Amino acid sequence: MAVANAKVGVPAGAPSSHPQNSTLWTVLKYLGLALFNAFTLLLVYAFFRDENLGLAAVFLVIGVGMNTIFFVPSLYPLRWMSPGLALITLLVIYPIIYTVLTSFTNFGDGHRLPKSQAITQIERIGGFIIPEDAPRYSVVPYRNDAGTVALWLSNATETIFVPSGGAIQTITDPPAEPPADYDGYTQVPRRELLPTLREAQSLPFGDEDDVITVSGREAIRATIVPRFDYDEAQDAIIDRTDDTIYRANEKTGYFVGPNGRPLQNQPGYRVGVGLYNFERMISDPGLRGPLIDIFVWTVAFAFLSVLLTFIVGLAMALVMNDPRMPGRTIIRSLLIIPYAIPGVISIVVWRGMLNLNLGVITNVWNDLFGVRPGFLIDPWLAKFSILLVNTWLGYPYMMLICSGALQAIPSDVYEAAAVDGAKPWQRFWGITLPLLLVSVGPLLIASFTFNFNNYLLIEALTGADAPNIPNSPVPARYTDILISYTYNIAFGNRGSDYGYASAITIVIFLVVAVVTLMQYRFTKTWEQVGENV
Amino acid sequence: MSSTAKAPKHVHHESRMVQSGRERAVGLTLRLIVVGIAIVFALFPVLFIVLSAFNPAGQLSSGLSIPRVNEFSDLFNNFEALLVTELDIWPFWRWIANSFIVATTSTILTVLISALSAYAFSRFRFRGRRQMLLGILLVQVFPNLLALVALFLMMDQISALSRIIPQIFAFLQGSFLGFLADPGSWQWLNTFGLNSLGGLILIYLGGAMGVNTWLMKGFFDSIPRDIDESAHVDGATDWQIFWLLIFPLVRPVLAVVGVLAFVGTFNEFVLARLILRDTQNWTLMVGLFQFINADFNRDWGKFAAGALVSGIPVVIVYLSLQRQIVGGLTAGAVKG
Repeated sequence: MAVANAKVGVPAGAPSSHPQNSTLWTVLKYLGLALFNAFTLLLVYAFFRDENLGLAAVFLVIGVGMNTIFFVPSLYPLRWMSPGLALITLLVIYPIIYTVLTSFTNFGDGHRLPKSQAITQIERIGGFIIPEDAPRYSVVPYRNDAGTVALWLSNATETIFVPSGGAIQTITDPPAEPPADYDGYTQVPRRELLPTLREAQSLPFGDEDDVITVSGREAIRATIVPRFDYDEAQDAIIDRTDDTIYRANEKTGYFVGPNGRPLQNQPGYRVGVGLYNFERMISDPGLRGPLIDIFVWTVAFAFLSVLLTFIVGLAMALVMNDPRMPGRTIIRSLLIIPYAIPGVISIVVWRGMLNLNLGVITNVWNDLFGVRPGFLIDPWLAKFSILLVNTWLGYPYMMLICSGALQAIPSDVYEAAAVDGAKPWQRFWGITLPLLLVSVGPLLIASFTFNFNNYLLIEALTGADAPNIPNSPVPARYTDILISYTYNIAFGNRGSDYGYASAITIVIFLVVAVVTLMQYRFTKTWEQVGENV
Repeated sequence: MSSTAKAPKHVHHESRMVQSGRERAVGLTLRLIVVGIAIVFALFPVLFIVLSAFNPAGQLSSGLSIPRVNEFSDLFNNFEALLVTELDIWPFWRWIANSFIVATTSTILTVLISALSAYAFSRFRFRGRRQMLLGILLVQVFPNLLALVALFLMMDQISALSRIIPQIFAFLQGSFLGFLADPGSWQWLNTFGLNSLGGLILIYLGGAMGVNTWLMKGFFDSIPRDIDESAHVDGATDWQIFWLLIFPLVRPVLAVVGVLAFVGTFNEFVLARLILRDTQNWTLMVGLFQFINADFNRDWGKFAAGALVSGIPVVIVYLSLQRQIVGGLTAGAVKG
């Protein structure tokens, strides 16, 4: 009670003494923290081992942060938001940093792994050399009831039997002909001979140091040697077949041979390439041309989408604003439906209706005018269709926010205007619109940023059908906006270039940041935050 | 106003009244025409999808034709195919279940995480509080959708954990801690990597704290501090005050945040398609899209049926909670 009484004088919200000061509670708390720390450290070490310094660092930061919050009493309020802070750090802040870091690398197809892992991969699966003098055998395949293949191998010096995945058995005193049955295996009948041998080519026989390789009707037993070997002194990969030296090029992330060509059919590795991805954007005409077109279209698309949805939405709000309008509630509900339907569904429905050969709208157009417009295929018509569909999707939102804002405009302003003899049109331009823009302006800007990144609409509506911009080294389509362009560069069917995709993402970041800062300025958000908190 | 000004005002008013009788009739007719056109524009695709869903021909080319059937039950052929007979090709119920798992989990956690933060921001005064509130606003500028390349790579790297961690513990093999070296003990980590619902939920939770915290903080602030203080006097801990006193009082705003989060994650498509790779793991929206993408003409009727089944509940929620949703969206200015 004494503690509680003492609290009265303390300003509200000062950290209060810790809840439930029982021993059990304390033990549980520290046990939980210990488990959390153990697991976090494990993750940090695991990522560190995988040469993933980024994620290792993030988890370290989160771990240290959580412990600080837990042990420093003055940070008590932060305990309440610790889950949120951890998630924001891991899934919002780190991805932004990681995007920036990736944009300075050549990360992508052919450069997926860090150097040491790429070397291991080249050594392990880069192919093998079989020594010239390795013993050869003639092969008779066997199979048991479980379907496992085994081989009876014989040559002038020895006869051996080896099941797939099993140990090599040397047969002393072999019979002149391979037996029909041996050790539970039955000799494969003649008509299955060739398919079985073909199957045996891809099966493992023997063990790592003593490998049996089937080729044709023959088998070779040898200690096989990896074809490629990394020489640390020279920092190069050596091809053992002809002793060519492929030196690591830290600028391009390739192992480069004496003829200046990178090691064929083998991966390169991830390196920092500085500003290369950004330079490419500007100096490579094949990239620059489409990028400029896409940038202009992205801005135009976002701007026109806001404009069109706002015009239609405002018009509907004005029409519905009249209290004498019959059935207002039901009409309003009907008009909101496009906004309520999940976006994917309605966009795909539009895609069906605008389909070149089967779509309802195209069919009607054909009946009326005798032509089938490529609503989603023609570069310009596709852009028009995108705007049309986006207007359909977005006007209800504008209608809702405009009706709210219209009702908030005090009616005496209109009365005063009527006194001064203002015509309805003048009242709209002089009073309604300016007052409306003050209140919905920030939302219009937010809508601009939303549409600037409206990947769903572009992908679901025009997706794979969209016409390609010719001669672009990376996938680019006429209807692409920056974010869908990024997506296709990173995950499209023409390979992955995460580095370049990240560089474009940074362009998006910059635009979004500038626009949003404008919005905050416009709404004086910063000042409000300063006053209200 | 002086008395001289009164007369002209009166005259003016009368002249307006004279005009407005005819003007109003014309105006109302015009309004009705505009509204009529708008309703046709708004509902045409809806009509199309409803007709397609019930048309047993079930093709895109069937267009707007009225379904012709011999028996009443034929109207539901598309629904039957999607929901009953063709489940081995397109596991529709599985998608629904996945969507509910993802949406429910992320909603509950979002509400909890943001309510806890909002409580701290509303009730405690501490150094750096203002900076943190601004920071949240600033981070909000870049929704994690923008960094989709980075998120994809991160999720891929997290998937590697179930392979790396057993290697770390390889030296324990054979001892009583040998289970740590067994890859099977770490398989559960894959529920947070690429191609997992857990990974997707994690990504959605990244955005949990931002706007929602602001929205809730405003509401928390409106609850008088006296309540907490008197509870403090009675010896209640902060946790008890939060959980037993404040939490029930802020239910309206929790509901708004909850509904927004639920509808938003239920409808989300871009990140879900990026992260979820196998048919079995798709959410409803990803499934419906991939399903219709596979054959646009042939499966149209079934897609329409699926669209109705999954769209109608969402539409009902939207229409019945219009005001709250719009209020919340205006604060966040985004559509999920």
